[in-house]
Amino acid sequence: MLKTLAAAALCTILAMSGASAQSATNYPAQPITIVVPFSAGGPTDTVTRLVAQSMSKDLGQQVLVQNVGGAGGTLGAGQVADATADGYTLLLHHIGMSTAPTLYRSLAFDPLKDFTPIGLVTSVPMTLVARKDFEPTTMAELVDYLKTKGTDTTYANAGIGSASHLCGMLLQNALGVKMITVPYQGAAPAMTDIMGGQVDLLCDQTTNTTNQIKGGEVKAYAVTTPERLASLPDLPTTKESNLPALNVSVWHGLYGPAGLDPAIVAKLQASLAKALKDETVKARFAELGTAPATEAEATPDALRQTLTSQIELWRPIIQAAGEYAD
Amino acid sequence: MDLLSHLALGFETAFTVTNLLWCFVGVLLGTLVGVLPGIGPTATIAMLLPITFTFAPVTALIMLSGIYYGAQYGGSTTAILINLPGESSSAVTAIDGYQMARKGRAGAALATAALGSFFAGSVATLILAIAAPPLARVALNFGAADYFALLVLGLLVSISLAHGSVLKALAMIALGLLLGTVGQDVTSGTPRFTLGFRELYGGINFVSLAVGVFGVAEIFRNLENERTREVGVSRVTNLWLTRADFRAIAAPVLRGTAVGSLLGILPGGGHVLSSFASYSMEKNLAADKSAFGHGAIQGVAGPESANNAAAQTSFIPLLTLGIPAHPVMALIVGAFILQGITPGPNVINDQPALFWGIIASMWIGNTMLVILNLPLIGLWVKMLTIPYRVLFPAIVIFASIGCYSINNNPFDVYAIAVSGVVGYALIRLGCEPAPLLLGFVLGPLLEENLRRAMILSRGDPLVFFQRPISATLLALGLICIVLAALPSIRRKRDTVFVEED
Repeated sequence: MLKTLAAAALCTILAMSGASAQSATNYPAQPITIVVPFSAGGPTDTVTRLVAQSMSKDLGQQVLVQNVGGAGGTLGAGQVADATADGYTLLLHHIGMSTAPTLYRSLAFDPLKDFTPIGLVTSVPMTLVARKDFEPTTMAELVDYLKTKGTDTTYANAGIGSASHLCGMLLQNALGVKMITVPYQGAAPAMTDIMGGQVDLLCDQTTNTTNQIKGGEVKAYAVTTPERLASLPDLPTTKESNLPALNVSVWHGLYGPAGLDPAIVAKLQASLAKALKDETVKARFAELGTAPATEAEATPDALRQTLTSQIELWRPIIQAAGEYAD
Repeated sequence: MDLLSHLALGFETAFTVTNLLWCFVGVLLGTLVGVLPGIGPTATIAMLLPITFTFAPVTALIMLSGIYYGAQYGGSTTAILINLPGESSSAVTAIDGYQMARKGRAGAALATAALGSFFAGSVATLILAIAAPPLARVALNFGAADYFALLVLGLLVSISLAHGSVLKALAMIALGLLLGTVGQDVTSGTPRFTLGFRELYGGINFVSLAVGVFGVAEIFRNLENERTREVGVSRVTNLWLTRADFRAIAAPVLRGTAVGSLLGILPGGGHVLSSFASYSMEKNLAADKSAFGHGAIQGVAGPESANNAAAQTSFIPLLTLGIPAHPVMALIVGAFILQGITPGPNVINDQPALFWGIIASMWIGNTMLVILNLPLIGLWVKMLTIPYRVLFPAIVIFASIGCYSINNNPFDVYAIAVSGVVGYALIRLGCEPAPLLLGFVLGPLLEENLRRAMILSRGDPLVFFQRPISATLLALGLICIVLAALPSIRRKRDTVFVEED
């Protein structure tokens, strides 16, 4: 029995090494794996699975999703940085790609040098919510409240480096106050305590908040993007509410390892752009309170530009807050 | 009555050929992955998510839920037969279940687990149907301070998990707490005891630790001496329960169902406590406490019922508030979203067919499971007649694949090897692994909630006594200590914790 097993394992290894030596012309000749550096079931995983399903149809090969969670997404990203640049191992990472170089003072990879950008996928807006009985009723009132009583307000986040942590840092930076930060292990327990009235404020992705806002379980103040949301049309933007500095969205990008063949990049980029126009993808994204990246955004140049500018944006904010992940 | 019309709608939805078929596929897969050591429902649901794209939402969710509660049935099988628990709940089942198997009563243990699970699953589903929204409201009142108090109470009463020396049990809990601190600190982000490995940021994988200290350590022990290796497990006398057995398990099953249903509702880790709590309860209530740890059937009946009841009621926060209580629930949220439904307070009203369909399918699924599992008992027990030299490499291989498949993290496989050696050393030292696992599971929760409660109270420790829930729970804990310390009861306790050497 063991001999059979060993033989089977050997065959698999041989088959895998043989297939990776394919050229760009007949790409893709085998299934493609997109690494999601977070656990299954989360917002990034959902976005990836929706896009992967559509890309599978277009490329004529299965596009598989592999979850490599841990260490704020740096484990999965590091794995793709080290992978062979054959186009069969890709990475779908969010805003954390731009904050990792500052949050982690000893990072094994360089987001700008160790990856080939393929295109932006989507930018998920964030919403500022509070427990139902929190005093301020409008965004303007909230700003006034935080300026005077901010130091006694509790702010929940989903852990160091999470989108809610970043939004919290940006909010405190914009207002010049230091709130009491209450970290949780993930977005779900943070939202639970907002609904239970245990903690005051939370800023999180629409994927995690829209239904609770619609159900009247939490009080919503504003959306952190310049445009209002189609799914929550009554919710003002931070720009309208005199806090334009609180402009943040959880942008997601598709990458390959550094040195990916330009022909493969072009194929993947075209397939991504096509997937983002897929009606099912559009509809599902809309239900999540987000929209697919536009044709101009779903390009290597746009992703590289976003990544570069975001690294520069977050570095001083994280350094000022002094909250590191290692 | 509203409930009846809702249930009628639910059964109408669940009783279509497609939904029945996929419900069966779900529970069958669940049982199988539960039986395979290491491979749990998390990995299976993650792998099957893409397949469910093409299904109607209700069909997809019926199948995925089936995998989850089906795995609760299957998970006890390996715990009983080969001392290999696949998750925290079955770690408790392994204590007495495996001893029953060693005494040739594997069949009775498996039957108890299946029947207890069926009863608990059905009752908990009824609770879910009748009172999900109000119960979810109650659960929301649990703050960090209350969770802390609950966990303290849990640790206090569970000292009784040990059947040997109390001192050694305390040492094992402490060791478990320490192992639980490995990884990135939730509050400050500081990595602790990670030795520079980013793979350890998420902490030591529970399944690896459980497979190592229970299963692999047991393999080492069995291989110690080829000649005297026990063959006792393959002696199976009776596959079914005797009349006396039925009488013995009735009350534990009822109590386990109650405890599990209550704890399962709490989204902050209640389900983890359920089987530990039930085991402690049964041991403390039992007339003959010395049987625990040596194959007491109550030690299988209570925890198995509790864990299944909790599995069912942990759907309450998800379906009524959109809050996943644990990683499997988070995956099911993912499944909802991929189907275009965001789980939340609106699901009951906006999607009644979906909500009640899932509930109805749980009864159907539980019935299928008990029909499926009872005849399988004979088959599982026959597995024990496989020569050990074939069985143990297979166990190790499956466990390694299973642990790796959760996060694709090689460190999870290394952890099996290391904790196997540690577990073997502990067996030689006469220490038991169950309290260690309890400390490991509860430690991080305890610390996280303590620190969060202190942050929220602006550093005022009195918060634990000011909040009614936490004050009550801590008072209960105090009563436990006082009772334990009273001299008269002390004498009685000494007979409970007889040193066995």
